[in-house]
Amino acid sequence: MKKVIYSALAIAIIAISSCGNNAEENTKAASKKTEVQKEPEAPLAPASERITLSNKGVGPIKNIELAAIDPEMVKRGMELFKTNCSACHKIDKRFIGPSPKGVTQRRSPEWIMNMILEPQMMVEQDRCAKDLLVEFNGAAMANQNMTEEQARDILEYFRTLEE
Amino acid sequence: MKIKQIKLYAAIATSFLMVNCGNQGDAGTQKSGGALNSGIAEKVYIAPGERDEQYAFISGGYSGNLLVYGLPSGRLFKEIPVFSQFATSGYGYSEETKPMLNTSFGFVPWDDLHHPDISQTKGELDGRWVFVNGNNTPRIARVSLSTFETEEIIEVPNSAGNHSSSFVTENSEYVIAGTRFSVPVPQRDMPIKEYKSNFKGALTFIEVEPEHGHMDIKFQLIMPGFNYDLSHPGRDKSHGWFFFSTYNTEEASSLLEVNASQNDKDFIAAINWKKIEEYVNNGGGTKMPAKYAHNVYDESTHTGTSTMKDEVLTVNPSDVPGAIFLLPTPKSPHGCDVDPSGQYIIGSGKLSADLTIHSFDKMIAAIDAEKFDGEAYGIPVLKFEEVLAGTVKSGGLGPLHTEFDGKGNAYTTFFISSEVVKWKLGTWEVVDRKPTYYSVGHLMIPGGNSRKPHGKYLVALNKITKDRYLPTGPEMEHSAQIYDISGEKMELLLDFPTHGEPHYAAGCDADLIVNNSKKIYRLDENKHPYAITSPDQAKVVREGNEVHIYMSTIRSHFTPDNIEGIKIGDKVYFHITNHEQDFDVPHGFAMIGAKTSEILVMPGQTKTSLWEPSRVGVWPFYCTDFCSALHQEMQGYIRVSPANSDLELSWSLGED
Repeated sequence: MKKVIYSALAIAIIAISSCGNNAEENTKAASKKTEVQKEPEAPLAPASERITLSNKGVGPIKNIELAAIDPEMVKRGMELFKTNCSACHKIDKRFIGPSPKGVTQRRSPEWIMNMILEPQMMVEQDRCAKDLLVEFNGAAMANQNMTEEQARDILEYFRTLEE
Repeated sequence: MKIKQIKLYAAIATSFLMVNCGNQGDAGTQKSGGALNSGIAEKVYIAPGERDEQYAFISGGYSGNLLVYGLPSGRLFKEIPVFSQFATSGYGYSEETKPMLNTSFGFVPWDDLHHPDISQTKGELDGRWVFVNGNNTPRIARVSLSTFETEEIIEVPNSAGNHSSSFVTENSEYVIAGTRFSVPVPQRDMPIKEYKSNFKGALTFIEVEPEHGHMDIKFQLIMPGFNYDLSHPGRDKSHGWFFFSTYNTEEASSLLEVNASQNDKDFIAAINWKKIEEYVNNGGGTKMPAKYAHNVYDESTHTGTSTMKDEVLTVNPSDVPGAIFLLPTPKSPHGCDVDPSGQYIIGSGKLSADLTIHSFDKMIAAIDAEKFDGEAYGIPVLKFEEVLAGTVKSGGLGPLHTEFDGKGNAYTTFFISSEVVKWKLGTWEVVDRKPTYYSVGHLMIPGGNSRKPHGKYLVALNKITKDRYLPTGPEMEHSAQIYDISGEKMELLLDFPTHGEPHYAAGCDADLIVNNSKKIYRLDENKHPYAITSPDQAKVVREGNEVHIYMSTIRSHFTPDNIEGIKIGDKVYFHITNHEQDFDVPHGFAMIGAKTSEILVMPGQTKTSLWEPSRVGVWPFYCTDFCSALHQEMQGYIRVSPANSDLELSWSLGED
């Protein structure tokens, strides 16, 4: 009698685990496929150190042409940064989020503005933004309701913060 | 005779109640059967992520608050504190909002909120403000439909039991506050028994400034010492008039239950306010000393201020002949409602089975032809039959309130017989009746007291709940019911609980409000004297034993979050500016042992909480609103030293 129960159990376990294995294999295969297509194979550097200048990110900003630095925009951008961003971003150090110093050497102008304008969409859809969120303890960047003009001014200010 | 009559009514009332109880089981089955057959459930079902068609602003009665619901779902969206302290947001506890509850009696942190009315332009709802009345300590408040916050409260002097309020004229020229209880005017030490002819009833016309809605008492009409129960403005053709129902024209001061029911007819007082306004504009009226508070909340400083006024302009009815008339109306009329065309004034004699409808045209003709039936304190009484348009013989008992659908129909609640009765304007025939559960008071059709009702639903606001919900001890929240009134017959759709006691309500199409609803306060428009617009302005300042902490919040930290140098005996003011600029991201602030409340600070707003530390130690504070994945980390410490400590103030965040 006992034996019967054991063998029944064994069959059940096999059935369950084989189901599990199949499913796992399937997902593995699927994710492998996409990874091969989308991501570079080498282990990535920490997101804050990566250079992703060709990535424009996700959001309303598709193309920005940069001219010579406009001091008026810089001034406005600096004020906006102070009020809306400096609670989490310090110029001289890593704080809640990364320092903006040198950010224009690491990220495209479009990526920077999209990150300011649509932080939530960015962390959902942009790999670099997503990795930054993880690197910075899951402290999601706040949407400060900036207009495109304001985001552009902040970008201009960032251009003066080269490393 | 009178007592016999009351007994008879009581007997009838009891039989109605019994009928109701009997019906109840049936109603339950009918309801579920009906839902299956005719898709009632679908009519009130708002799928996840979908939104309601209409707003309903339902009074919270003795909670002192105004409640915002969706129609047809009956879902509660928000409780707006008006006359009461509200620990949820810190309203009435925060330094900025304490002045809103100031009165000539001092700080009165509660009231009995009754009749919401949405502002109007050209007789149609304009969705800018809701006016509400505090019944107990007479006050009128204006609530913004952009911020959904109380922006202004004005106290009403010479009034007591501010009940025939807070109804607006058709361009929101005035919001009206009539007294239910007459009192000595001015107040004085006198025998109560000398009430008759000595007590007065003040009807107050509060001017509304068109751009910002600021209120100011234009004049008070000092009427005879009746009880002014409810009121409504004339509209369209009767615009310029206001109608007040009265009872206790007997001028009894005791056992009103019997003594105020002696006269077969009381009055609806018709007031030509345009005429009185003209009289006042030409220098008429008498200024009299009166102490009353006027409290205004400024959106840019996020701060309320209270000013004590000391004078009010009064008008004696006999000084403005031809402006005030009394329309005899049977059986202690309660509701006093005007149809969308402005032609009919409906008096609901609450001790009667019938409704009395007066005709505005007939009233004007009777005035012109001087068809008077005597006078009361110099005010002409019009002949009943000369102003009567008709009577609705409803067969119900205890009519209270009437609203309109804009399609020629009126709907009246009957308290004693627990039902809503639909009848036709002009022919006075009853076309439908539906039970309510139980003892319905007010009813509301969105826009139903304007020229243009948004009539599709009717909300019945009941006084008694009994067995409609799972029991919650002796106290049950009052029940409300939603009826579909788009067809010939009313159809009961839904039961839902209200909060406090739902006296009147106001409602409108959602479109009127949705796009104006504010999402954030802009940080660059914040003019609060203790605001900081960037975290580098954070500081702690000592002024004697007062310590002001200029603090900011963003997901998910306070700046600063470590503070030392606070001492026993200090009064510590936390001025907290929320640096978020994103919709629906408030931060809370709670300090251990604070004897006020927590505060909830909206994006871009500054609020102040007072804390008087009583024990030496290191005490935490934290954010009460789950703001991000790192919300649990949003905390800080304050070191409290003995009173004689000479530790200097210091503050920091991180390694700063």
